[in-house]
Amino acid sequence: MLNYLWGGMILIAVVYGTITGTVKEVGNAAIDSSKEAVELCITMFGVMALWTGVMQIAQASGLTKKFIRLMRPVLRFLFPELPEDSVANDYIASNMLANILGLGWAATPFGLKAMVELQKINVAQGGKKEEASRAMCTFLILNISSLQLIPVNIIAYRSQYGAVNPADIVGPAIIATSVSTLAAVIFVKVTERKERR
Amino acid sequence: MQVLIFLSDFCIPLLLFYMISYGLATKTDIYKEFTEGAKDGFQVTLGILPTLIGLMTGVGMLRASGFLELLAELLAPVAKTLFFPAELVPLVVVKLFSSSAATGLVLDIFKEYGPDSYLGKVTSLICSSTETVLYTMSVYFMAAGVKKTRYTLAGALTATAVGVAVSTILGGMI
Repeated sequence: MLNYLWGGMILIAVVYGTITGTVKEVGNAAIDSSKEAVELCITMFGVMALWTGVMQIAQASGLTKKFIRLMRPVLRFLFPELPEDSVANDYIASNMLANILGLGWAATPFGLKAMVELQKINVAQGGKKEEASRAMCTFLILNISSLQLIPVNIIAYRSQYGAVNPADIVGPAIIATSVSTLAAVIFVKVTERKERR
Repeated sequence: MQVLIFLSDFCIPLLLFYMISYGLATKTDIYKEFTEGAKDGFQVTLGILPTLIGLMTGVGMLRASGFLELLAELLAPVAKTLFFPAELVPLVVVKLFSSSAATGLVLDIFKEYGPDSYLGKVTSLICSSTETVLYTMSVYFMAAGVKKTRYTLAGALTATAVGVAVSTILGGMI
């Protein structure tokens, strides 16, 4: 996917630049942008390290575990067919927690493990192996609806490009992400009811 | 609006306060853990650096060639009927496929219009409230060996559309 997307960008830029006579700017942009990416990463080093450092404290002090336990009732509502003692619950909760705290890259490994577990449960409950189970659909739709509380990356990017108050989008972002997640939950519940008929 | 400003100002400090005091209360070796964890942050940032270089270069070249303006112009009539800024249409479309390519566009928008402009704010909100639909679906379903995804795509697109709509409205209010 990225092969065509990225390749396309560069090819189009060169061709379109040649036609419109901006090819010199295109060449300069190539050099400047790569330099800029490194400058951006220097800002990111700080914000990211601060965040992963604090998250490590949360992990070591048992705060993460506590939150995962608190999410149990939510999981029971969203995934009623999952057995109480399944590890899938923990993986799903860990994935959601990582997403909520803006640690997208840390969320993926848990998410993949959760999918593997959900598949085991699916097969055990007599579902078709190649067809997504209800729990899988719910998990993915929620995941894609985004559950971010602190958009760490965006704050770092905003700060790099001179935002007066880089974190001033946190409040509205919480509203936006909550509404999109709520839409996801409603969609899932309505669709499930329709399918049962 | 007051509530939103309060949330923005207090969210990070309160979260830090809570995590640190919880760590102290449980007698965790907080400073050692912090420095350990911060090391991971370097690795994560270093890991995304090559992607950033590649995609910022790609988007930077597209911007310099004038192609992004052309695209926005072409999309303007469609975007106008949806009350959505045409400059952000490429971002929303690319975001469905690839989050790193979208990051390239986000940074370009911040550079061109500024992170505090209307477009900059809407962009920030869209990124905070949507995920890469097709990428996430393909990776997650591949892990489970699932081929038929049933209503997942419809649900994911619904959530994304709602996220974008709310972002656009809120971006105009703040």
